Amino acid sequence: MKMYGEHKFPGRLFIVEGIDGSGKSTQLTLLHKWLDSEGYTVFFSEWNSSLLVKDTTQRGKKKRMLTPMTFSLIHATDFADRTDHAIIPPLKAGAIALADRYIYTAFARDVARGVNPQWVRGLYSFAVKPTLAFYFRVPLETAMKRIVGGRDSLKFYEAGMDLGLSDDIEESFKLFQGRIIAEYEKMVDEFGLIVIDATQSIKQQQAQMRNLVTQALRGAKKMPVRRWLDLSSTVKGRRA
Amino acid sequence: MAGFEFYGEGPPGVDLEELTGKLIVLEGTDGVGRSTQIALLKPWLENHGHAVLVTGMTRSALAGDGIKRAKEGHTLSGSTMSLFYATDFADRLENEMIPALRAGFVVLTDRYIYTLMARSIVRGADPDWIRKVYAFALRPHVIYYLRTQIEHLIPRVLHSTGFDFWESGADLRLGETMYDSFVEYQTRLLKQFDAMTEPFNFEVIDASKSIEQVFEDLQARITRHLE
Repeated sequence: MKMYGEHKFPGRLFIVEGIDGSGKSTQLTLLHKWLDSEGYTVFFSEWNSSLLVKDTTQRGKKKRMLTPMTFSLIHATDFADRTDHAIIPPLKAGAIALADRYIYTAFARDVARGVNPQWVRGLYSFAVKPTLAFYFRVPLETAMKRIVGGRDSLKFYEAGMDLGLSDDIEESFKLFQGRIIAEYEKMVDEFGLIVIDATQSIKQQQAQMRNLVTQALRGAKKMPVRRWLDLSSTVKGRRA
Repeated sequence: MAGFEFYGEGPPGVDLEELTGKLIVLEGTDGVGRSTQIALLKPWLENHGHAVLVTGMTRSALAGDGIKRAKEGHTLSGSTMSLFYATDFADRLENEMIPALRAGFVVLTDRYIYTLMARSIVRGADPDWIRKVYAFALRPHVIYYLRTQIEHLIPRVLHSTGFDFWESGADLRLGETMYDSFVEYQTRLLKQFDAMTEPFNFEVIDASKSIEQVFEDLQARITRHLE
């Protein structure tokens, strides 16, 4: 296992962080489209998406079997798998890797659950340091309003219901996300997160991102992708 | 009786004062006879009036199945496997071992963090990193390290299951055949176990002796320990 730290790969890694409803995924999607149109090869991955670990995580969540410790470890397992399959290969190939949530999500959530901050930082020491890490700062109330569907869309662990902060899921969500914001704020200086004021218009935020990303892309190679032909129309009927 | 402590900081919400049981670990490489000894020790301890919980690797309700499925594929990298096993271990520690220790059981575990650390290090993990990952583990009361030479292991493995893909470290491509790979992999594991003997205070048991002799040796040691 390698401890990557500041990576020496030819690619670039841009990541977004923030609480649910901060608008970070919207911003990353817009960045992705723009990078595509500029002729870069982009590889996107998101938190908690490794197929290898997915069943275990889902089962743990559904049956509410997770403790703060196993919650932390199963997400680290997921992240290790994605580092090997979705982060390192594109970076080595000189492409751009985008990640919706990164190690800072774990640091914020796990510590908000009472896990030791040094332990969880050590756990993720194999991670690649992002080229740029954007943190979308938003007041809790604003984020709450943006979460479509209201209380029915709140999930058990996202609301920190496992901590017994409140029997009311909306109240628990507020308390738990408040703790998470406090952890993010501590990390701004610790990890040099770039703060984006997420109360601005979508366009303003995107302009700030693109400006910083443009600077970070100096010397990065463009690799126009030859698009696949639509095989379904050309080989139709040839399959047995 | 000496109380419990964690190697580093334990999982949130565990009060060590509440743990009144005993944590006994059997460690050693594949094929050394750990499970056989545990199968003998459990009824023996029960006959002496101890409530016993037996636990082992990849048996957690949370991650056991997931690990088994992941191992059927070929995409499991070193760090991912290390952390998947750590998840399994944490689940068993928090949901099996600690509750049993709270209830005053003798917890008999077939392997513990030492096997997990040895496997990870052999697969290229940073030793310092993996030790810190497992800092949330309880320090066992006693660790019996069933030790034997690689030559003794080979016939035992052949007699039982043959050379298993993972037990041979075949993912590491250490040799041309499963046999070569097994020998190299187990030799590397033995080296890691030997290196841990002192820092982690293993009691070394000569496992090249007969099953009966090893059992008697363990019985004598455990009796002394539980007095």
